[in-house]
Order: sequence, then structure tokens, then C-alpha cells
Amino acid sequence: MRHEVRVPISSDADLVPARAEGRALARELGFSQTDATLIATAISEIARNIVVHARSGELVMTGIQQPHRYGLVIVASDAGPGIPEIDTALERGHTSRRSLGLGLPGARRLMDEFEVETDAAKGTTVTMTKWRARDELERLRARRRERA
Amino acid sequence: MSVAILRQGDYLIASIQVDLSDSQVLELRDELSERIGRVRARGLIIDVAALDVIDSFVARSLGSIAITARLRGAETVITGIEPDVAIAMVQFDLDLAPLRTALDLDEALSLLDRLTQGAGEDEA
Repeated sequence: MRHEVRVPISSDADLVPARAEGRALARELGFSQTDATLIATAISEIARNIVVHARSGELVMTGIQQPHRYGLVIVASDAGPGIPEIDTALERGHTSRRSLGLGLPGARRLMDEFEVETDAAKGTTVTMTKWRARDELERLRARRRERA
Repeated sequence: MSVAILRQGDYLIASIQVDLSDSQVLELRDELSERIGRVRARGLIIDVAALDVIDSFVARSLGSIAITARLRGAETVITGIEPDVAIAMVQFDLDLAPLRTALDLDEALSLLDRLTQGAGEDEA
């Protein structure tokens, strides 16, 4: 299993591989087809946010394992001018430049955890996570592997 | 080719073959708007099953294609929205009202026949 995937973002064409990589990693982590689509959609939104507000940046997608759950963490970072009035930008129905305002609130609703750090000097970092519970069988297999 | 555009009677059928970038979606909008006028199409079917996701941009673009097509004299029906894609679309506060949808091509064709009062059959 791959644990980290990096996708550089510098134009809208880069959203296509970003969605595909995110979906593939989600499936490798055992997420359902529906969850993989929700994740790919959220990735598409935050990657577009990079292109529109900062022109270029990077996505880092990481699979993590905890005793009772698996997670997919996606960090989107750019060195752009930051997002002014981030709280407003995260409200439902807010529209910004090029009317792409549904992106961030939409991505937030698609994921389980969602956090934005934005600063005019440092740029913007969005960290979002989707979780899935490990079922009994997976926990049993993990315990057996540990004993072996 | 990323989108195959076929003509059937008074209808245009745009079948998206691969996942599209934002620029390609906008090119498709322009291409369809131009073709509707050129072939005097009364109806437009867009098959979106090959799109990886329908995010806020794509959903809005499909709506603007439908409105543009109507201004050019054609009704639009979208087909091929997969169940998981539909679930994701609900999370956005989108106005999906301009989008008419059908489950498959047959249903889309009969919906267009009703919307255009059989204009598609007249020529066939």
C-alpha cells in the first residue's frame, strides 16, 4: 500500500490526475466507491481553489492507520496571497471571484474533518480527512499479523 | 477525442469519453452552442458517465450549457449521473433546476421527443 501521494498543481489540467490519484488511494485504503467519489470531489474543489487563488501549489495525500479506523488525509498548500475573510468564504452559498465560492464549503461537507489556515504572507493550507472504521475482520487480521 | 458529438435527427448527442479538465468543459460548452446553431438542433443529450466527479464547477457548467442551448433553441437532457456522483452533488448548494436528467440514452431520447413534441422523429 502506498502511504503518501504528491500531486503538484499548476493548472486546471492537474485536477484530472489529482482526482484519479485520490480515488485510487481511497480504494487502496478500503473506502467504498461512494466515499472514494466524495473524496475525489472534495480534492477537485480544493485543487481548483489553488489554481484560482494561488496559481500553483501541491496536494499531499496520506493514508493513515489507527487501531479502530483508517484515514485519508489530504493537505493542499500554496504560497498564494491567502484567502481574505476565510470565515465568509466557508459559509454556505458564498460566492467569490469567478463565482467558485461553493468549492470550499462543499468540500468541507464531503469530508469528516476540514481545516483552513490562511495568511497573506504564507499562503493557504487546507487539511481535510475522511475516516472509515476498521471492521472486526480487519482488526483480527492485524492482531494475527502482530503475533506472527 | 475527449467528447464524441453525434447527430441523430434533430438531436445532438455529446458523449464524454474521458474525465475532462475545466478548460475542456468550457470548450465543450462553446462547441455545443456553435453546433446547435449550425445543424439547427432541437435537442441536446450529454452523457456524463465518463466524468470522474461532478463538482461545483462541472455542475454549474452543465447548467450554463443547458441555458445556452435553450437560448439557441434546443432543450438539454443529461444522462449517466452515477449514484455515487449524485450523492456528492447533493453536498453543494447548487441550483440544479436548469438540469433535466434521464437514466439512459433511451429515456433521454423519449424525454426530448416529449419536450420538442416529436420534432426529432419528423426528420428521421
